[in-house]
Amino acid sequence: MIAQGAAQIVVYGVVLLALSYPLGLWMARVYGRQRADPLERAFLRLLGRDAAADQDWKRYASSLLCFELVCSMFLYGLLRLQGHLFLNPDGLPAVPWQIALNTTASFVTNTNWQFYGGETTMSYLSQMAGLAVQNFVSAGVGMAVLAAVVRGVARRAGGTVALGNFWRDLYRSVAYILLPLSLVLAVILLSQGVPQTFRGRVTATTLEGRSQQIARGPVASQVAIKQLGTNGGGFYNANSAVPFENPTGLSNVCEMLALLLIPFAQIVMFGRLANARRHAWVIYAVCVTIVAVGVGIAYPAEQHGSSVLRHSGVNLAAGSGQSGGNMTDKEVRFGIADTALWATATTDVSNGAVNGGLDAFTPLGGAVPLVNMFLGEVEPGGVGSGLYGMIFLILIAVFVAGLMVGRTPEWLGKKVEAREMKLAALGALFVPTLVLVLTAAAVASPAGRASIFNPGAHGFTEALYAYTSQANNNGSAFAGYGATTFSATLGTVALYLGRFVPLLAALALGGSLAAKKTVPVSAGTFRTDGATFGVLLLGVIVLTAGLLILPALTLGPIAEGLRG
Amino acid sequence: MRALVASAACLALCTVVLGLAYPALVTGFAQIAFPHQANGSLLVRDGSVVGSSLAAQAFASPRYFHPRPSATQPAYDAAATAFSNLGPTNPALARLIARNAQAILRLERPYNPGLTIHDIPVDAVVPSGSGIDPDISPAYAELQARRVAAVRHLPLATVERLIAKSTVGRSLGFFGEPGVNVLELNLALDAEHHG
Repeated sequence: MIAQGAAQIVVYGVVLLALSYPLGLWMARVYGRQRADPLERAFLRLLGRDAAADQDWKRYASSLLCFELVCSMFLYGLLRLQGHLFLNPDGLPAVPWQIALNTTASFVTNTNWQFYGGETTMSYLSQMAGLAVQNFVSAGVGMAVLAAVVRGVARRAGGTVALGNFWRDLYRSVAYILLPLSLVLAVILLSQGVPQTFRGRVTATTLEGRSQQIARGPVASQVAIKQLGTNGGGFYNANSAVPFENPTGLSNVCEMLALLLIPFAQIVMFGRLANARRHAWVIYAVCVTIVAVGVGIAYPAEQHGSSVLRHSGVNLAAGSGQSGGNMTDKEVRFGIADTALWATATTDVSNGAVNGGLDAFTPLGGAVPLVNMFLGEVEPGGVGSGLYGMIFLILIAVFVAGLMVGRTPEWLGKKVEAREMKLAALGALFVPTLVLVLTAAAVASPAGRASIFNPGAHGFTEALYAYTSQANNNGSAFAGYGATTFSATLGTVALYLGRFVPLLAALALGGSLAAKKTVPVSAGTFRTDGATFGVLLLGVIVLTAGLLILPALTLGPIAEGLRG
Repeated sequence: MRALVASAACLALCTVVLGLAYPALVTGFAQIAFPHQANGSLLVRDGSVVGSSLAAQAFASPRYFHPRPSATQPAYDAAATAFSNLGPTNPALARLIARNAQAILRLERPYNPGLTIHDIPVDAVVPSGSGIDPDISPAYAELQARRVAAVRHLPLATVERLIAKSTVGRSLGFFGEPGVNVLELNLALDAEHHG
């Protein structure tokens, strides 16, 4: 059973590699192409005069921020008004303002933190025209920003400040990547049993004569993009643990592949567009290493089970008749291996969908997703946001190496100077600092502590997890952490700041690099395409965020793990 | 101002294409190609819906196989799924496990002499992820088989044959873990009894 679990994990990795490579090549063509297709031209004409013009980073950012503002207002309005609108067969009322505010921030920022209850809160219209639309466009915005930053890096001649066009990049992300992949995944999910209907709940009369309500709806179309766009917000409250979102072992592996597919593919894309293929493979390998270490810790930890389970006396042994281990809040059809792998994968990217309850994970098993997120969602991170987050850390690594050999640091032929380093440091350190400040506020105030569900050190971990997840735009949760006006508002702050501060730093960085001339490689240039750089980068990732979270880890998972 | 107009136009277009046309297209396809799954994998007996093969339902009678514990309020609510969120060291989890294990021992021991807590598979005593996990582990089905056979006056072999029939193996023989679909198994038992 254990060997079977390990084999599933290895096969998953191989298939992921095999799929992400061709997709990366395709993405490089999509963003690198000069000519627009007729639909793209029509789309840009619809948006108005000048909508197709080349933009420097400031114009790119202002188009983006304006779009996000309009999205936020529309989504908030929709959630508040859903009770009066159509496609609401179960007659759900308006979403309360705190939850609507948090959910709006959550979906616009590609986070999909769930303070809402899915099937009990959202009408079909809100799910489709509100949440799922943001699933597409928030992912598309991240991918657009990455494309712009990579163009800045790839400009050889220097002197130009143009990074591309926001609307064009958004269109290409959705039309050529997200929508086609979603259609394919939706069909696979349908074949496995995921519902797709506009009809409302069914009331069944059970074999013992009770009445049972069964929620359904347009689930497959929503789950597909939620998995692919590093979104993660479930149609149902219990997300992909619910059989209607994830009915079989096959649907589960496809959803897990969708979690990591685009984030890994974009590393390949970056290597092509920036003409730095070996460098990209080093980044790819660093990310694979972090994923492998994470699942290598989480799987045995969950299989071993918690002290409470071991002392209870029930049979935890993996055998032919059961997967054993910590099955609390896990589903039989996934068992331990697939749930541990999912929890690791969903937090290595900023997805946050879950196929089991993380709050019930063992202290060590639950620390893996927490640390994964805290590393900054760069391994490989969210669609777009992951790689531009990684670029901050790459610059820090290059800078550290430059200090050691006493040369001005260079990255891909561009001199890295004070402005770039300031932006990289801002991008890398802002979110971890924000997490610690917000967590402190949440555990120091009675209003914040009201959200905590489990007693003791685990309760602290719930709060830490909540703000780590929201500020890093992940969206997974130790779901016992409850929604109050205080926590929903604090979360909204985490969501918006955690998304837009690094995003703007990345665009500014792209603009700054675009203006620089490429200098020729010399014998003294620090090489970024070998194993040495890989180890250095790994060290920088671990040290930058890892040291910041260590004190908080001792108060949470480590304290809990030592106790039992 | 121009950017605001462009943003509004873009969002409007996205809402129509991605928010309405895309789910409508998938729904149209689903209703033609996979009508049973698309409407919730509902199970019908004598013309009325008795549940879904993707949702556990409550069973209390000893004549039936019982599903895993559920943390939804009330239990097995397929319209309000929920984790238990009980932390690994929470004393409430220890109490819940003890209570569930004692209940199983009381129920099953008369038919499984010498049954101890060490024989109870873990999935039988801890809440499932969704609260409506339709499956139990093959080990838990095996544990319940003697009781169901005895109460229904069926040969154990018949019950075991029905368990095997309701066992969902790994997808493609490889992905996921095997489980026994409780509702399908109980329906098969009832059919066996009548037939």
